[in-house]
Amino acid sequence: MNLWLIPLFPLLGFLINGIWGRRFSKALVNLFAVGSVVASFAYVLWVLSALYPLTTAHTETYFTWIHSGSLQIGFDLTVDRLTAIMLLIITGVGLLIHIYSAGYMEHEGGYHRFFSFLNLFMFFMLLLVLASNFLLLFVGWEGVGLCSYLLIGFYFGEDFANNAGTKAFVVNRIGDFGFLLGMLLIVVHFGTLDFATIASAVASMPVEASAGVLTAITLLLFVGATGKSAQIPLFVWLPDAMAGPTPVSALIHAATMVTAGVYMIARAAFLYGHTPITLHVVALIGLFTAVMAATIGMTQNDIKRVYAYSTVSQLGYMFLGIGVGAYSDGIFHVMTHAFFKALLFLGAGSIIHGIGGEQDLRHMGGLRKYMPITFITLLAASLAISGFPGFSGFFSKDAILSAAYDYAPWMYWVGVITAGITAFYVFRAFFLAFFGDYRGHHHPHESPWVMTLPLIVLAVFSVGGGFLNVPNWLAPMFPNVEHGSPLLMWISAAVSILGIVIAYYIYILKPGTAESIAAATGPVYKLIDHKYYVDEIYGALIVRPVEAFSRTVLWKGADIAAIDGGVDGLGHRLRGIGAIFRQMQSGSIRNYATWVVLGSLLVLFVLGLAGGGR
Amino acid sequence: MNILLLTLFLPLAGFFVLLFLPRQSKSGWPVALIFSLAAFLSSLGLIGPAFSLPAQQSSAVDTMWVTNLNIHFHLAVDGISLWLILLTTLLIPIGIWISDTLIKERHNAFYALLLLFEFGLIGVFSAYDLFVFYVFWEVALVPMYLMVGGWGGARRGYAAVKFFVYTMAGSVMMLTSIIYLATKAGSFDYAQVLAALNSGTVTLSSTEQLWLFLGFLLAFAIKVPIFPLHTWLPITYSEAPAPATFLIAAVMSKMGAYGLIRFCIALFPNAAHKCADWIAVLAIIGIIYGALLAFVQPNLKRVIAYSSISHLGFIVLGIFTFEQQGADGAVYQMLAHGISTGALFILAGYLEHRRGSMEIADFGGVATPAPGLATAFMIAMLASVGLPMLSNFVGEYLVLQGAAFANFTWAAWAAVGVILSVVYMLWLYQRTFLGKTTSDTVSFRDLGGREWIAIAPLVVMMVWLGTYTQSFMPPVTAATHHLLEQSKMNLEIQVRNAAPHTDVRAQVLPAVAEAGR
Repeated sequence: MNLWLIPLFPLLGFLINGIWGRRFSKALVNLFAVGSVVASFAYVLWVLSALYPLTTAHTETYFTWIHSGSLQIGFDLTVDRLTAIMLLIITGVGLLIHIYSAGYMEHEGGYHRFFSFLNLFMFFMLLLVLASNFLLLFVGWEGVGLCSYLLIGFYFGEDFANNAGTKAFVVNRIGDFGFLLGMLLIVVHFGTLDFATIASAVASMPVEASAGVLTAITLLLFVGATGKSAQIPLFVWLPDAMAGPTPVSALIHAATMVTAGVYMIARAAFLYGHTPITLHVVALIGLFTAVMAATIGMTQNDIKRVYAYSTVSQLGYMFLGIGVGAYSDGIFHVMTHAFFKALLFLGAGSIIHGIGGEQDLRHMGGLRKYMPITFITLLAASLAISGFPGFSGFFSKDAILSAAYDYAPWMYWVGVITAGITAFYVFRAFFLAFFGDYRGHHHPHESPWVMTLPLIVLAVFSVGGGFLNVPNWLAPMFPNVEHGSPLLMWISAAVSILGIVIAYYIYILKPGTAESIAAATGPVYKLIDHKYYVDEIYGALIVRPVEAFSRTVLWKGADIAAIDGGVDGLGHRLRGIGAIFRQMQSGSIRNYATWVVLGSLLVLFVLGLAGGGR
Repeated sequence: MNILLLTLFLPLAGFFVLLFLPRQSKSGWPVALIFSLAAFLSSLGLIGPAFSLPAQQSSAVDTMWVTNLNIHFHLAVDGISLWLILLTTLLIPIGIWISDTLIKERHNAFYALLLLFEFGLIGVFSAYDLFVFYVFWEVALVPMYLMVGGWGGARRGYAAVKFFVYTMAGSVMMLTSIIYLATKAGSFDYAQVLAALNSGTVTLSSTEQLWLFLGFLLAFAIKVPIFPLHTWLPITYSEAPAPATFLIAAVMSKMGAYGLIRFCIALFPNAAHKCADWIAVLAIIGIIYGALLAFVQPNLKRVIAYSSISHLGFIVLGIFTFEQQGADGAVYQMLAHGISTGALFILAGYLEHRRGSMEIADFGGVATPAPGLATAFMIAMLASVGLPMLSNFVGEYLVLQGAAFANFTWAAWAAVGVILSVVYMLWLYQRTFLGKTTSDTVSFRDLGGREWIAIAPLVVMMVWLGTYTQSFMPPVTAATHHLLEQSKMNLEIQVRNAAPHTDVRAQVLPAVAEAGR
């Protein structure tokens, strides 16, 4: 099937635009950048239709990447039903965002640079989901992290963008440290990194013998997932990542890259299925992240930051789903989230584009009159993320929540309350942006059709995406889970609608309520408004102590004073030698020649003569 | 004509030709380039024989040199030395190429020294006689000393002497060990000494082994360098002229690592196994210590210098895991580090040439006027921090995998270096290339065509080494496998010969079990 062609198209787009793009016209850059994704999308459709119904995985081996001793790692690609969904999300949503970007980035400098990085991202992301072993997955994993760094810092003249990019890369590396150790441990115990080989080895292992090791491996891999998918404790990079252009936030930091952690765990379900302890940790981390990020989302005034925290929160739901064993529901939510969250960001981008770069909700308002298409499509996305009955988020989120009820009822209730908070803050942003009177100083206008067309397509999927029965498609791959009664779905839907109503009351009916609530809750509000001071705590506990220790103790103390001081003390006694050598540095080639010839050949001659060699 | 001899003597011939050129002659540069490129082409001829006999000596030369001391002029190539020789012959022409602009005066003398340096390096990487090895070891040292002292920065005198004295101190210990060993074995020839030890005709007590091992180790550990013998490195790297820094970091540091894997573990396996824990711990300290110090350096060259200490720690760690993956990773990392750090130092040289300074605070926003330079630096930086699909990842991953087999705690600590490398390199990149362009950097020239010629081969190699390792790995893995087998075989003989009541067995058996896994 030549699966390698799928990632190859965007790679070529990257190379062409990266090397020659500076001299290209914008139309030509578009041709290669968007064209390569069109080609990739079309090829994915063709491959999937040819392989349908894909009841068994289809693997292709190309060449050996690393071979040392008994360890052999191949450049092998696999498509199965899980990969098929990810491929469609990445190339489909990716294509829409590429088209949208052609409009959004039109007036920005570095046009070819933007698109070459975006293509490079597509390459690595496709490689990540096609990989049939952990190390090749890790290639994509690190590669998307690199592109994320490059695109967050796209406006590299600005310090805040550079700081955000560096922070993202470093925090992700901390997660990758765990992932790397997990892989090392897998090889120590299984001698391979191939998914299929490990899966069959695990299946034949006695549970008692493997539980401890598998728990260690899965926890280490999960550390990697918390970095890539922005979960506690490594979520801190994602809100800052909004410094990048808005299409980047939509593609990388909402629809695709950040779901890589969820994908990875689903891919390694053959390991996680044997480790109930790890799954419990995954569920807890997911749930706590969902709650924490949702509460922060209530207080943010930057529209992109509101959506960023909602991404962290929704990713938490996905991990909750995986943790309670509902892998296919977690992946279902990955898909619906890709639709509505990409739409939220692209809609926010459309607003920002239409009012001269303003991102603060306090300077918006009344925009429904000026940008009707953005208004309608964002309404669809907001209803979808809130879990309004019939919209896509309703099906996927409530599948996760009812599976959680079966696992532990308290998790369900916490999840439902979080869903209410989510509906509240998403509609808070929606009402602040589109209702009331315009509070800014620009002339709002609707975006051009290249930007609104992707919005409309995504809106269609945000509304109807829930009817694509992903859990049923994935049923052969994952163990079956019990779901609670249908009543649970209606309870959570009711709570979500309550959240919307409260937002309507506070921000439309009684403006000014928000301020009095903020004043009334005082310290709690301040704590949440400052994002629980997590950045400050990390800075004070880790970053600054390490730097101070390195500078004063290691460098000035150990390296210069202790070690080198000791050596120089010895050296001073040998100063005479140095003086002699300095005499030799007269700068004359003939002198050097003399010394060099003497120095290097004297020994040879003397020995040759004295020893009487042949 | 033996292809190895040709490769070895072409640079020496070039050296003599340059000596007799008039001082102001403009033909020094093309002459030096021609000789070094000829050596490179000639060295390509080593690949075929080495691939067919990777674990044995190919392209060998063996003549009696000093009969009554039994010194052989014995050179040969195996899967390990092959790539180090090619690394040398690839990088020396690049060094000559960049010296044209980065060296300000006495060009012809500088080129001559570069060629002599190449002669020494090729000799070191192919010597199969301990005495010949020692001679080449010193031949490589002298021209580098002169380059640092004669063309370096403001504190070049101090740097050169420090470099020379440090290295000589180690060399003397190695020479002592060599002479003792040769006296005992009756020959300086490495193959003969090894055969004598393996067959049991010559036995060394465990105390003798330990002291001889330490003698060799000191010389190699200084050269690599292993913590805490590293303090010559930052001053030498930052004071040396750019082409010399490039070559010290890219190839000279590999002399020590090569010595460790070729001589230390093969000749003295018992002592090496006994000391492995300590050396691995020092290597890990070096990995983390170098990274933390790189983070707080205010000078660009010093950041890369300390980062080198960190990366070289991986090589030493890999060797002393006594695992196939560890040894393969160590050799691969030697090549990868040579290419990526070499590229970083060349680019640092170009930056210094434009700005007249290496203080990071004097830069900022360079990416705007010089996007090509920024891109090239980015690629080299990404290779250096171990991004998959680029050169260093393969080596680092295999070293960590070997370490995980030997002792998982080692792997966990060493992997901390992987996090830290991103911290200091991104921080460096941000302050140098990103942000607002200052009045000092606004007129920065981008990389010119001639500068791209120096960088482009290295970029190609970074991608090639990272993506298609089968072009390089087969002879390496065969040779390291042979070496590891050899060190095991020697161990068993030692155990068999040891009297039952001694404690050797108790100490050695766990190591055998570990190595055999």
